[in-house]
Amino acid sequence: MRIIDKTAAELAADIREGRLTSVEVTTAFLDRIDAVDGTVRAFLHVDREGALATAREVDAAVAAGEETSPLAGVPIAVKDVVVTKGLPTTASSKILEGWIPPYDATIAERLKAAKMPILGKTNLDEFAMGSSTEYSAYGPTVNPWDTGRIPGGSGGGSAAAVAAKMAPLAIGTDTGGSIRQPGAVTGTFGAKPTYGSNSRYGLIAFSSSLDTPGPVSRNALDAALLHEVISGHDPRDSTSIDAPVPPVAEAARLGATGDLAGVRLGVVKEFAEGADGAEPGVLEAYRAGVEQLVKLGAQIVEVSCPSFAYALPTYYLIAPSEASSNLARYDGVRYGLRAGDDGERGLEEVMSLTREAGFGPEVKRRIILGTYALSAGYVDAFYGKAQKVRTLIKRDFEAAFERCDALISPTTPFTAFAFGERTGDPYQMYLADLYTIPANLYGGPGVSVPVGLSEGMPVGLQVMGPVMGDDITYRVAAALETTQEPLLADTAPEISASPRFTAFGEDGK
Amino acid sequence: MTKLNTYEAAVAAYEPVLGLETHIELDTNTKMFCGCATAFGAEPNTQVCPVCLALPGALPVANKAAVEATIKIGLALNCRIAEWTRFARKNYFYPDMPKNFQTSQYEEPLCEDGFVEVVVDGESHRIEIERVHLEEDTGKTLHVGGAAGRIHGATESLVDYNRAGIPLVEIVTRPIPGTGALAPEVARAYATELRDIVRSLGVSDVRMEQGSMRCDVNVSLNKPGEEWGTRTETKNVNSLRSVERSVRYEVRRQSALLDAGEKILQETRHFHEATGETSPGRSKEEATDYRYFPEPDLAVMEPSREWVEELRASLPEPPRKRRERLQAEWGLGDKEMQSVVNADAVGLIESTIAAGASASGAVKWWLGELSRRANESGVELGSLAIAPAQVAELQGMVEDGRLNDKLARQVIDGVLAGEGGPAEVAAARGLEVVSDTGALETAVDEAIAANPDVAEKIRGGKHAAAGALIGAVMKATKGQADAGTVRQIILDKLS
Amino acid sequence: MSTISREEVAHLARLARLEVTDDELDAFAGQLDVILESMKTLGEVDTEGVEPTSHAVPLVNVFREDRPQPSLPRDAVLAGGPDTAEGRFRVPRILDEEA
Repeated sequence: MRIIDKTAAELAADIREGRLTSVEVTTAFLDRIDAVDGTVRAFLHVDREGALATAREVDAAVAAGEETSPLAGVPIAVKDVVVTKGLPTTASSKILEGWIPPYDATIAERLKAAKMPILGKTNLDEFAMGSSTEYSAYGPTVNPWDTGRIPGGSGGGSAAAVAAKMAPLAIGTDTGGSIRQPGAVTGTFGAKPTYGSNSRYGLIAFSSSLDTPGPVSRNALDAALLHEVISGHDPRDSTSIDAPVPPVAEAARLGATGDLAGVRLGVVKEFAEGADGAEPGVLEAYRAGVEQLVKLGAQIVEVSCPSFAYALPTYYLIAPSEASSNLARYDGVRYGLRAGDDGERGLEEVMSLTREAGFGPEVKRRIILGTYALSAGYVDAFYGKAQKVRTLIKRDFEAAFERCDALISPTTPFTAFAFGERTGDPYQMYLADLYTIPANLYGGPGVSVPVGLSEGMPVGLQVMGPVMGDDITYRVAAALETTQEPLLADTAPEISASPRFTAFGEDGK
Repeated sequence: MTKLNTYEAAVAAYEPVLGLETHIELDTNTKMFCGCATAFGAEPNTQVCPVCLALPGALPVANKAAVEATIKIGLALNCRIAEWTRFARKNYFYPDMPKNFQTSQYEEPLCEDGFVEVVVDGESHRIEIERVHLEEDTGKTLHVGGAAGRIHGATESLVDYNRAGIPLVEIVTRPIPGTGALAPEVARAYATELRDIVRSLGVSDVRMEQGSMRCDVNVSLNKPGEEWGTRTETKNVNSLRSVERSVRYEVRRQSALLDAGEKILQETRHFHEATGETSPGRSKEEATDYRYFPEPDLAVMEPSREWVEELRASLPEPPRKRRERLQAEWGLGDKEMQSVVNADAVGLIESTIAAGASASGAVKWWLGELSRRANESGVELGSLAIAPAQVAELQGMVEDGRLNDKLARQVIDGVLAGEGGPAEVAAARGLEVVSDTGALETAVDEAIAANPDVAEKIRGGKHAAAGALIGAVMKATKGQADAGTVRQIILDKLS
Repeated sequence: MSTISREEVAHLARLARLEVTDDELDAFAGQLDVILESMKTLGEVDTEGVEPTSHAVPLVNVFREDRPQPSLPRDAVLAGGPDTAEGRFRVPRILDEEA
């Protein structure tokens, strides 16, 4: 077994117990990045020196017999929408090309405090808007399972990095499915924690009431360990929950015993009915997974959540509205790109040219849509209406959780599609988030766990829990993992160091 | 040349309706949504952080002291304090606003439905307060290349974000009809009362000249019995006097336009201190759709009733009650006290009395000679270069007989010119009353000798004629004789 | 809810300070039309008496004490700026010539 084949939990133990040094481990992953990222293109920036410096610190601490954090020395990749002091942070946009932040996001601070070497920043759809990473201004990332296919989005870089074993762990962010959907299509594990359980301070904002940072990993336990490192109240984030982090690692370990007796799993009737939109192979793998969960003792309950049918339009009104306001600050005045300032033009024109040059098509579409949804005369029918339907969706979840402990569904209706397949029709792209969006609107946790293959491509099963009920999602996911031998994460095709893939859209390098 | 009616003609034909929107900069230690310091005068961009600079990823956290101050202002203005209130985003682009939205309040402000009473010319006016809400201030922009640093004609601008994010309380009146010809005075009285109330709470410096209190003045005109007219909003009103002057000007300007059958443009206008005129400002703002929506990054606020009552109990003596108390202490009649208030002299007189003067002495100087000089120079009474303690000293010198009123006025000249305190100036300029009776007797003798006819009349019992001799003696002593003493000497010599 | 016209898209782009090209206007108008059509279904939902949700997990009275925290050093503040002068951020003229 190579170092890069080990799980984060195993590596943490190896480092803590002196079987491996963090420098060895970190170097192994950095070398892996050198070997295959030319093909995968998951990383926008690799910080070899910084990562090794942290690794050396950990090794010194271990050697000195000091107490170290549970994941000390385990390297990690960070989605480039998390602000990292001194490391370029771009949100995969031209408008932040070359920006070096003067401060750290709270999550970055926690990773540093836990002494986890940060390997670098991973690729995403620009400003986290997308489901395929094709909207990155620096070129797309490929799916390690099939380099002609997308790795999901917006967090395709983090998922691909983990799937290709360039990092044992990664940080992602999930606003409508941007951790879970890439997880599903790359055969990795991804968790969107309860909204507010992870600090958004330093997370480049897309949709403020929906954005949630979370762990990307190869299995539930690794994610749970990372979840415990990054989660918890932050006084710098007014939407941060001031309550103890649910015992997710303990729940993952409980799940790993393979016993789900007494656990009621709800299947959303409206998802099953709307399953015409889902690919047959996805449904097949999902149903097989459900059978396995029943064998482990879980009881299946049918629940009806009629408002879920409206989740997609609700999301695509709320998220762009908040985004149109959050992205107003990118104006070429204090940081980032400034275009068209020729000494003749006035400020309004320079701002407009800057934003035109700096933002890609999907971002512009959403800004215009959001501006429309908030404008006088339309705001009640659009934004206002969406916020009310959101309440109905919340009520559906609350009613469902009276009758079950967790909800399950396929994570996404289709496996990884080919590059260029859905970029011509934005609405077709939005459909990828059909099953993941409701949990964001509600604020509750959701995880995606690999559940098999469909025509050779990974399928994910989603487990959703009540607000602050993150532990049940990890437990069910870990239990399902016991039925998946070997884990998909261990059987990903080996990436050959083939020539760089030039996909649809600009090759940013 | 803008056509103006006379003010009298304007208010004879039209009824003004006023509205005032006031912004108060709070003097909290830190900004509204971050921990940056708020001290005035720091080097540009040295009091900023990711939050108030609106760096990617930054998030706001509300300053409790600012919320508390706003509630206190609301209570002092007789408002209802909301049980449920939140912040909202007001979206528009401007370089001094780093997020390109202002975090403010929209449909659910902290305080609503209050009132303030002001008295002008014996008439009481109740001014309804629509709302008091909390928001954040913008950065400061220096315009380069235009006239006198103004934005028109500027080729570039330089932005300093030290002020961006400082807590700002906005107080909006309901439209104020029924003030008639007294509209300018009512507007000024309201601004003054508001200032005094906020100052008494200790939550802001409320100095209009420094920008910690800003008034936007709205004026519309209508013919009696008709609907209210289109209103204009005047900004850059930097003193209480300017509040009054801007109303007066707008009434004159708008009435002339209406007389000519022209329409009033709904616009924002700029007040010019030097001329007392208003001119059109940036015309873009009216059309802006601010696309308000509730701020998702901040939590809802539910001020508990216990907290509100605690704050209510902590409010200081309202300025109105204070004025009533002082009026009684000073023994002034209503009209006289009103004059004191109108002259914005309450605090000055209080300080002068504290420095040892009698109430009547303090009132005499501040309402008399000093008010005259302030009006002549076009400045506020409080900005004259003489301190209350100095006025007390001056009055003391008069009471001691060291100065008479005429000499005292000359001493004031010197103090205002920066030559020092009253005693210093009197000494340096040789202005004290001559108390040396010998010298006075000599002067009287000379006057008697030079005016034998007058002297004869006095000997004959016409004591009133002494006035001419007193005048001569005063002239000879350059006014530095005490008239009463001189008269006595004359009568003693001639009876 | 009506379909969105090219002119409306142009107006919105101006409001949002986006200098879109003619091609983009055409493309966006069409694409947004499809998206907005799909949102018509929201009109069917009965939301009478339903309160809107602004916060997924509602928190109340989250405040900060009025105690100063260190600001950023000025060179860090200005370092990211595209154009700075005299310790400030320089921007081109704010008003249009004709204003």
